[in-house]
Amino acid sequence: MIYGALAMTTGLPVAMAQAMSAVVFAGSAQFIAVQLIANGAPALVLLLTTFVVNIRHLLYSASVAPYLAGLRPGWKWLLAYLLTDEAYAVAILHYQQTDARHRGDAEDAESRRATPRPRHYYLLGAGLALWLTWQLSTALGITLGAAVPPGWGLDFALPLTFIALLAPVLKDRPAIVAALAAGAVALIAAGWPYKLGLVAAALAGIAAGAWADRRSAPIVAPASYSGHAPGGAVARPDADAETDPLAQDVP
Amino acid sequence: MIGPTLWLTLIGMGLITYAIRLALILLLGRLALPERAQRALRLVPPAVLAAIIFPELLRPAGAFDISPGNARLLAGLIAALVAWRTKNALLTIGVGMAALWVFQAVYRP
Repeated sequence: MIYGALAMTTGLPVAMAQAMSAVVFAGSAQFIAVQLIANGAPALVLLLTTFVVNIRHLLYSASVAPYLAGLRPGWKWLLAYLLTDEAYAVAILHYQQTDARHRGDAEDAESRRATPRPRHYYLLGAGLALWLTWQLSTALGITLGAAVPPGWGLDFALPLTFIALLAPVLKDRPAIVAALAAGAVALIAAGWPYKLGLVAAALAGIAAGAWADRRSAPIVAPASYSGHAPGGAVARPDADAETDPLAQDVP
Repeated sequence: MIGPTLWLTLIGMGLITYAIRLALILLLGRLALPERAQRALRLVPPAVLAAIIFPELLRPAGAFDISPGNARLLAGLIAALVAWRTKNALLTIGVGMAALWVFQAVYRP
């Protein structure tokens, strides 16, 4: 809904705003694309940014692959389209729980390997429900957004949305380092042509975060005392990244 | 960018997203993601989001503006506080917009 409303405030045609929900079907990438289109970014930058923003789906793809291994190709192609952050989060939890329930029963595990139970219906159901919700809420947002007069500064709701999405992902030191480095480079590179500053900043942030990750990796205990903690965020090394990235991808 | 170009770009964005989601479902067994890459992928959301937020708040009109007169910076900081304390997206947006309107009304009577 927020996406649809924001697309209207930036002047994106109704058909395109709705089509993007159907074709791309990835909330955060759509938000960013709307912003880039409004700023006049060229096609190549939009495609590049989409790639960088959505590359995290490789994780989901790798993670659900074992559960879908026995399916016919048609199923795999359909389920891949529905594999959003939320669908993945819901489905992987379900799969892991049902796995845990059956663990220890060797015979069951053996028979399951031979004939996989039709567990893909779970991902299909979650994916379809989320898809329908996303399409309808986009349409509703478009209707509402078109009714809001310009001059309310509603374009500001876009960075506010990103702030809301950023807060929950800043849960360990590498993530905070990545955010600060990306933010600093983005400030310096804001004037670059073709909006390439965003891509450069994102890559710099990922590199800086990976460097911080490598430095802190050998330390087992939480290293909250060995330096400053920017932003006052609490380091939670136990919180694993099973489902974290942009968990509100399809609000 | 308008019309056909934008439509083609949109379809391209869809294809890129779909290819990423499909890749390892199809290639499993032949290609595993190394641990390093997995950890690096976790850093994409914070990096991309911060890269968008910082210039929006600190260079709202294209030039640096780190002064109390920057309504977007003040409203953004308040929103960040709400986001950090509540983790509530709608509340963050609501408070941030309200703060922006208040600051704008104060600065431009």
